[in-house]
Amino acid sequence: MALTFWQSTLGKKIVMGVTGLIMIGYLCAHLLGNMKIFFGPGEFNGYGHWLRVMGAPVLHHQWGLWIARIVLVAAVVLHAVSAYQLSRRDIKARPQGYVHAKPRMSYATRTMRWGGVILALFIVWHILDLTTGTTHSGGFQEGHPYQNVVDTFSTWYGNVIYIVAMLAMGMHVQHGFWSAAQTLGAGSRSRDRALKATANGLAILLTAGFISIPVGVMTGVVS
Amino acid sequence: MKLTLRVWRQKNADTPGAMATYQLDGVSQDMSFLEMLDILNEELIVKGEEPVAFDHDCREGICGACSLVINGDAHGPERTTTCQLHMRSFQDGDTIDIEPWRASAFPVIKDLVVDRSAFDRVIQAGGFITAPTGAAPEAHATPVPKADADFAFEHAECIGCGACVAACPNGAAMLFTSAKVNHLNVLPQGSPERETRVLDMVSQMDAEGFGGCTLTGECATACPKGIPLFSITAMNKEWLRATRKVKR
Repeated sequence: MALTFWQSTLGKKIVMGVTGLIMIGYLCAHLLGNMKIFFGPGEFNGYGHWLRVMGAPVLHHQWGLWIARIVLVAAVVLHAVSAYQLSRRDIKARPQGYVHAKPRMSYATRTMRWGGVILALFIVWHILDLTTGTTHSGGFQEGHPYQNVVDTFSTWYGNVIYIVAMLAMGMHVQHGFWSAAQTLGAGSRSRDRALKATANGLAILLTAGFISIPVGVMTGVVS
Repeated sequence: MKLTLRVWRQKNADTPGAMATYQLDGVSQDMSFLEMLDILNEELIVKGEEPVAFDHDCREGICGACSLVINGDAHGPERTTTCQLHMRSFQDGDTIDIEPWRASAFPVIKDLVVDRSAFDRVIQAGGFITAPTGAAPEAHATPVPKADADFAFEHAECIGCGACVAACPNGAAMLFTSAKVNHLNVLPQGSPERETRVLDMVSQMDAEGFGGCTLTGECATACPKGIPLFSITAMNKEWLRATRKVKR
């Protein structure tokens, strides 16, 4: 059964839909946590510490965090592998294009594939920058996320990479959320307006919320 | 009307094709698009050239035989079949690009004619009901709720022309397959094969080499019969339900 599922184009799309929704759920939680940056270093660093002791005393130190990381990595990998295999198939299904080609789909729909690649690259940079500190500008301090965030957004390239990636994320979520609903069979004529509004709302809230952090650093609200 | 036509010419499946340019004068606005091509072919025959091959049958918009991607649109600028498209939709002096459906599952046979038998095989996989042969049964013996009858009819309108595949950037046959699945799955007559139908038709659709759905909505925009994009959503729901019910 699992094999039938994975081998079908519909099954792979369902995998993409479910993993996409898991990632959207994570983005919402991640944004809510990040908003603590506007309440000072104490609150934000305290939140960072809590992530490590999440689930205690049942869970050992950092276990909660690692469980979340494993789920997320699995979601990203399954999403990307499905997308890659489906895209290869889609390109093969139209070996010869039209001489008279028209770009008709919305920008968000047309950029799902390359937008996804941009997001994957962003995630790698984001982890190297603020989790491991490998590419961090100006002395990465373990356990001082507030200062690390301020350092990142004090560089022009940190701001540019982040804001471009968040705009790409917003568009990806806008088409992705609505598409996931259709793929999972939850859409209908009567529900479409609500689903489109939710997709747009999610995209705008997530994009604006995350971009507010570099803007906060640039304007000196966070320093 | 005086027109410049750029038409895809291809001798056969094994020979590479190319766009050829023709000038056509004396086209009436009241002609259908196919009548305009008939005029072109008459001129070509008089000149001793090979006429342009294209599919057509009823010319009433109900059989699904005609095709053609006209200026990048499947069935042209109006939401109808090519046979019901009229030259009044174009301007005097226009250049019109005419191409065949493009999909690896629909190989070109000649010029603008493609092989759409992949659709027949998708139907053979499950687009039927198990019915006893013999005299027609009493129509009122099987009650069908009005809402279900309307839903079935909306999907039964699909004429299998393949415009959805031609318009889809992925060459996907999701709208065709979903129309056929939904049409029968909602009716009591189709319920004995409800699960196997959707599983078998989808796996045949994949086996034919059609692409996957990325929900661009191009298929539903191009469909001359107005099959809605939600047809695909409904099929996804049926497929998920069937994978849970049928153990394979």
